Amino acid sequence: MRLRLALSVLFASLMGVFAVACGDDNDTKPSSDGAAISGEVVVFAASSLTEAFTAIGEAFTEEYPDAHVTFNFAGSGDLVTQITQGAPADVFASADDSNMTKLIDAGENNGDPIVIAKNTFQIIVEPGNPKGIADLADLADPDLIVVLCADTVPCGKGASTILANAGVTVTAKSFEDKVKGVVTKVTAGEADAGIVFVTDVIAAGDAAEGVEIPSGLNVISNYPMVVTKGAPNAAAAQAFVDFVARAQGQAILALFGFLAR
Amino acid sequence: MNARRSGSTFPAPAKALAAIAVAFFSLPLIGLLWRAPWSHAAEYVTDDASLTALKLSLICSVWATALSIVFGVPLAWLLARVKFPGRRFVRALCTLSMVLPPVVGGVALFFALGRRGIVGQYLDRWFDFRLPFTTAGVVVAQTFVAMPFLVVTVEAALRQLDGRLEDASRTLGASSWYTFRRVTLPAIRPALAAGAVLAWARALGEFGATITFAGNFPGTTQTLPLSVYLALDTNPEQAIVLALVLIAVSFAVLIGLRDRWFAGGEGEAPRVLL
Amino acid sequence: MSLHAEITHRLGTLDLQVELDVQPGEVVALLGPNGSGKTTLLRCLAGLCPIDAGRIELNGVALDEPSSGTLRAPETREIGFVFQDYTLFRQMTVLENVAFGLRARGMRAAEARRMATAWIDRVGLMDYARQRPPALSGGQAQRVALARALVTSPSMLLLDEPLAALDAGTRATVRRDLRRHLATFDGVALLVTHDPVDAYALADRVAILDAGRIVQTGTLADVTAHPRSRYVADLVGVNLVAGDVLEGVLTTPAGVRVIVADAPAGPAFAVIRPHSIALNRDVDAHSSVRNSWVGTIAEVDRLGDRARVGIVGTLALTAEITTAALDALHLQLGDEINATVKATDIDVYPA
Repeated sequence: MRLRLALSVLFASLMGVFAVACGDDNDTKPSSDGAAISGEVVVFAASSLTEAFTAIGEAFTEEYPDAHVTFNFAGSGDLVTQITQGAPADVFASADDSNMTKLIDAGENNGDPIVIAKNTFQIIVEPGNPKGIADLADLADPDLIVVLCADTVPCGKGASTILANAGVTVTAKSFEDKVKGVVTKVTAGEADAGIVFVTDVIAAGDAAEGVEIPSGLNVISNYPMVVTKGAPNAAAAQAFVDFVARAQGQAILALFGFLAR
Repeated sequence: MNARRSGSTFPAPAKALAAIAVAFFSLPLIGLLWRAPWSHAAEYVTDDASLTALKLSLICSVWATALSIVFGVPLAWLLARVKFPGRRFVRALCTLSMVLPPVVGGVALFFALGRRGIVGQYLDRWFDFRLPFTTAGVVVAQTFVAMPFLVVTVEAALRQLDGRLEDASRTLGASSWYTFRRVTLPAIRPALAAGAVLAWARALGEFGATITFAGNFPGTTQTLPLSVYLALDTNPEQAIVLALVLIAVSFAVLIGLRDRWFAGGEGEAPRVLL
Repeated sequence: MSLHAEITHRLGTLDLQVELDVQPGEVVALLGPNGSGKTTLLRCLAGLCPIDAGRIELNGVALDEPSSGTLRAPETREIGFVFQDYTLFRQMTVLENVAFGLRARGMRAAEARRMATAWIDRVGLMDYARQRPPALSGGQAQRVALARALVTSPSMLLLDEPLAALDAGTRATVRRDLRRHLATFDGVALLVTHDPVDAYALADRVAILDAGRIVQTGTLADVTAHPRSRYVADLVGVNLVAGDVLEGVLTTPAGVRVIVADAPAGPAFAVIRPHSIALNRDVDAHSSVRNSWVGTIAEVDRLGDRARVGIVGTLALTAEITTAALDALHLQLGDEINATVKATDIDVYPA
């Protein structure tokens, strides 16, 4: 999927160069409101948005053929550091409010962020749930290998809150630096269970299964998104944010397990 | 060598490029020193969690280096001296982890030594022993990425070594094992030391394979690089201080060992500089 | 203590096939051009290169015999090997180097030190016992290598170009010392060299090795009197022509005819001494001289009042004429010249 995107981005940029070089724009149909939206949009997005945003990027360039989207997926905290150190981002999409707050505190935002999606948590287990984990209380079993995210990342904060809500004490074997670390350890069979976002369970496909956490105990995590202050292509950046918030973007996010904003 | 003479023959463009290289390495360090919160440095360093991570890092990296020597020297010898079909393939295989992204290396270790791994499943079934999430797992992950540095260095030295030294030893009545201990090993000592230090440094800084394969648990698997990385999100000041501790320890060892290991007696074999 | 060796060994382009017997106390020098297999032969004897076929036997004990599956490792062969550039162990002192073979064979440290010291004294290096090899001169290093090889009282001593790495001045001294040590050595000694002076000074007998074969053995005087290889001929400075004799004419494999005086038919060597060759600008049809070849001057070396002239053509020859004659002929490199030799001046002996 990423290769396809990379190729399509490359192709689009080549076509752009070609069109400019020939002074010929017969091939580019001006769309109703897309005439002004062109060039590169650089989107810094949380890792958990990788699959959904890649698909949205393709849809976006179909609507705005003159524009192309380049993604930088990483942990939200890393992205904030990169942006405050001057990385040329147009858009920032965070997996939680606190990292967005850090960006705003650093004065790197242009306007107020909007929440584009929400995510909740599930217990991730191996396919077929061989350990028969039914609820949070089962995670307290000392014979079970449970891995959680570290408190420093959004999924870890969420897991702590959920376990506190349920009044369950879990002795984790590891505190992963990112949610995919928990997913990998469960899908590789090294860990019996972990607490991750619903979207991560879906992204893992057949390699893992999710166990629901009652909504009374669960945490809903916001995905706020904002145009950056230094955005080199502010118009296209805003168009991308709007596109994600509109019906088509929302539909794609829902496809990957995100809750409506 | 005469310093004045070598200086005069060192061409100016090379001097300039070398100076840029020095700046390239020293500026990031200066950056860390510049941003370091010196007023709080002491409390960050003496923090129990930091000391635990530092201690674990030192223990694991020394173990990884020891394992790299024990297994890596015979491997280097095999690659350098024994002609067998597929030797190039084996060499590429054994140095693959140098180019493999460490996280991928960690996942690959799961498939080999994890609870469901090719070998790991039997460790689990027969001995109730699992490497992931244990300190031994950290050592395994570090050895996996660090050993090639030693193998490559020692193999090069063995190839350059005049094989007739070993021949001479054999004709003098020494068994191949005696020859290896008394002739080969002393002759490649500088390279062995350089390789061991490279491997140790790589193990000390190891992050990706460790967190993937062994996880991150304070006191058991959380080495200093892991705590630096995790602190970056919550407490960047502490991360900088811990990174500086890591750098200081490496620096002290690299400079300290240079004189003890790398320099031989007067007129010794050429030194491997580090 | 005698050596009997029949060796067949292939290594790259070298095809070594040698039969060699050496008596106790005898020193045999192996002479031959580069790549003729001299060093490989020593390595086979030492066990550093197992032979493909044949038999190596020292004092009646088989060391290497592929047909019976016998192969004794170098460390079990009771040999001493002095390598071309001595291969001293740089990280050990002179004393440790000399004691190495004793220690490797399990001798106690004190005893090994005593014996090694005695040998170091014998080669006159007591002042250097605590030094390491890089502090030694070439001649001193050579003597350490010799002491190291002899301290274990080997049955066979193998020396690979022991003097080649030394400068001319040191060489004479070291050669004299080596000669003294070889004289008292009662085992089998083989010495590889490319210098006939070494062979003359050190060896009882020489074996000429060419392209993997021993082409001649005997005393140095015998061998040089009747060269049987281009190598020896060049060594002695004569022209050697090999071919078949029939009715007073020797024909080379290339078809060049050399008229010789009475000689039995069959394969033979003809030796043409450089000073027997006359050079003329023109072909003298009426000359009584019966051999005449046209060639081109490729090389001129003046040596005092004599000059050696290298000629290439139908037959490659080296002629020696007076410088007066050279100047009278106004010879230049590249000039065409006629070389003539009387048949009676050519020595012929069966190959």
